Amino acid sequence: MKVSKVVSQECTGAQIVLKFLADQGVKFMFGYPGGAVLPLYDEIELQSKVKHILVRHEQAAIHAADALSRSNGEVGVAIVTSGPGLTNAVTGIATAYMDSIPMVIISGQVPSHAIGQDAFQEVDAVGVTRPCVKHNFLVTNVEKLSETLSQAFYIASTGRPGPVVVDIPKDIQQTKTVYKFHKKVNLRSYQPVVEGHIGQIKKAAELITKAKKPVIYSGGGVILGDASRALTKMVKMLDFPCTNTLMGLGGFPANEKLFLGMLGMHGTYEANMAMQNCDLLIAVGARFDDRVIGNPDHFYSSSRRIIHIDIDPSSISKRVKVDIPIVGDIKNVLKNLIKEIESLDKQLQDISEWKKQISKWESKNCLKYKESKEIIKPQFVVETVNKLFQKHDFFITSDVGQHQMWAAQFIDFNKPRRWINSGGLGTMGVGLPYALGVQLAHPNSLVGCITGEASIQMCIQELSTAKQYNLPVKIYTLNNRYLGMVRQWQEFFHGNRYAESYMDALPDFVKLVESYGHIGLRIDKPEDVEPAIEESIKRKNDLVFIDFITDQTENVYPMVPGGKGLSEMILV
Amino acid sequence: MSDIKTRHIIALLLENESGALSRVSGLFSARSYNIESLTVAPTDDSTLSRMTIVTYGTEDIVEQITKQLNKLVDVVRVQELTKVDFVEREMALIKLKVSNSTKESLFKYVEIFRGKILDVGKEIIIIELTGTAKKINSFLELFSDDNVIELVRSGALGIGRLSKNLKI
Repeated sequence: MKVSKVVSQECTGAQIVLKFLADQGVKFMFGYPGGAVLPLYDEIELQSKVKHILVRHEQAAIHAADALSRSNGEVGVAIVTSGPGLTNAVTGIATAYMDSIPMVIISGQVPSHAIGQDAFQEVDAVGVTRPCVKHNFLVTNVEKLSETLSQAFYIASTGRPGPVVVDIPKDIQQTKTVYKFHKKVNLRSYQPVVEGHIGQIKKAAELITKAKKPVIYSGGGVILGDASRALTKMVKMLDFPCTNTLMGLGGFPANEKLFLGMLGMHGTYEANMAMQNCDLLIAVGARFDDRVIGNPDHFYSSSRRIIHIDIDPSSISKRVKVDIPIVGDIKNVLKNLIKEIESLDKQLQDISEWKKQISKWESKNCLKYKESKEIIKPQFVVETVNKLFQKHDFFITSDVGQHQMWAAQFIDFNKPRRWINSGGLGTMGVGLPYALGVQLAHPNSLVGCITGEASIQMCIQELSTAKQYNLPVKIYTLNNRYLGMVRQWQEFFHGNRYAESYMDALPDFVKLVESYGHIGLRIDKPEDVEPAIEESIKRKNDLVFIDFITDQTENVYPMVPGGKGLSEMILV
Repeated sequence: MSDIKTRHIIALLLENESGALSRVSGLFSARSYNIESLTVAPTDDSTLSRMTIVTYGTEDIVEQITKQLNKLVDVVRVQELTKVDFVEREMALIKLKVSNSTKESLFKYVEIFRGKILDVGKEIIIIELTGTAKKINSFLELFSDDNVIELVRSGALGIGRLSKNLKI
């Protein structure tokens, strides 16, 4: 390991952590103090380079740091205390892990001599988090502290990114040693692949020139790998239709003609039909998960060639066998693939018949819904948010459920990192802390959170954090008094028995929001929707919460039922 | 994808650190991969441990297993031995019930199987047997369950032949 900077005076472990974070360029850390991190909090107080954001629950600290990373690509940093601090953080860590978000979580641990004694607030942090982190460390020697932190940042941010936990016992935080900042990290057991295999790239280029019914299917890997520009260039060069996964929205601009919309369980008819009927599928940074291709056997029932570009070899041929796997950094691979196609002295096939077919599918207008003058349709709220937000530099976060799917369907994301949601784990409660993390990283942007009355209550305490740091996010709650997506499944698959999916005793959200010092509005008439959203945007310095009382019976369409194939959609 | 499950032996080198073993065993349980035996010990390089895992699965599952193992940060190298030319050995210590009338034949079996007698008592004998899992199974088949008082097996160890090295 190269030592690039030496500060010769002795520092405590806690001082080392803070010096390291400053040297690493970390601007924000989200956390909550407690016994086992008191030495660290002492040092937080004594410095000014890293701003600490005090949340109201550790889960929100992780979500906010996670969202900061999703929105700007930096490593998100959070700090929690031992025991319950760490276990509260687990949901956030698992959420980040499922979506491959680079994060470093620092947790306090009971003093080394007390480990294993069932000490107060002791939990085996490394053991508890092992299945939901990319890697984790228990620091047993202060001499290794700064090196471990460097490794943590390196592992979190390279290859397929992910969260890394660094558990630091209290006595290590108090022990002194000389601080060194290790800029370069070399781990013999961890060497992520960057360059794609040129032979495979050549084969892919050949196959592309033969395709008559091609589709490009891109996912979260394009966003994480900052490969959006390269992807867009390739799609336009080939003039192939392109669909994005839930995590990939914004990877290819929604306002482009070649965009088919999102695919998958609640994807568009045209995207799913194109996936099922294509003769060449180019998967870019996507992993063929169950919500995307449905039943793999049904997917196999029509044959197609598949090129799969991904940084993680274990994503390849996990659920679907592919013909040409290319493992490597997506941006790098796409650039080389573009070069290769350009250098081939071959014409692409005429795909006008295929495009005609796609236009036919598009003409189904699968996202249509019955408009109403009496009752607010949830889709209408989201459409209106889209209409008004497009005039601004905006970000949208969401929680999990029907509102999330409508946001994904109706909001046009023309840039990457603008759509912030929990795709893999599907964690209710992320929306508000996500919005706070994004707003901190982008103080001049418009940040909206589309949520439901159930999801928002899972982290509603963070309204207090928003007040403390003056974060003027806009919260749009689609309030149907139901756990909407659960209700939809009960209607479709469980004989209309709405077991425990109705909320009987909701709070008065307006009063609740006001008690936190924010502005709350309740809207129950369709004609008030647009003016209310307009008003919330105008209030640049205020957090505005709008409780939209929406149609209780609305469902998300199209829908591919679980276990079914992509072309077996339920349409409205 | 092929549905035929076969026996596979995977060898790995991993960092000799606390927690590395649980990362590997945790991976198998979390992804519900089968694990028949797992042995681990330090190597000639004290910073590395070597592990041999025996698993049953289809080709696709075993491919996933090796990929997932490679992804673990503590794992330095992975080699699927059953894909190369390799040798496999396992050791068993077997405590058997004997009587004067069965002793004679038992000694013969031990000789045929090239085992060793480690301890002899009036009614009990301990045998050391080395070989492939198959050979140990064949030896055990000679005795009824009543006669096997205790049995301990090491799990398979494997090493690639000739130039098929697993080194860093």
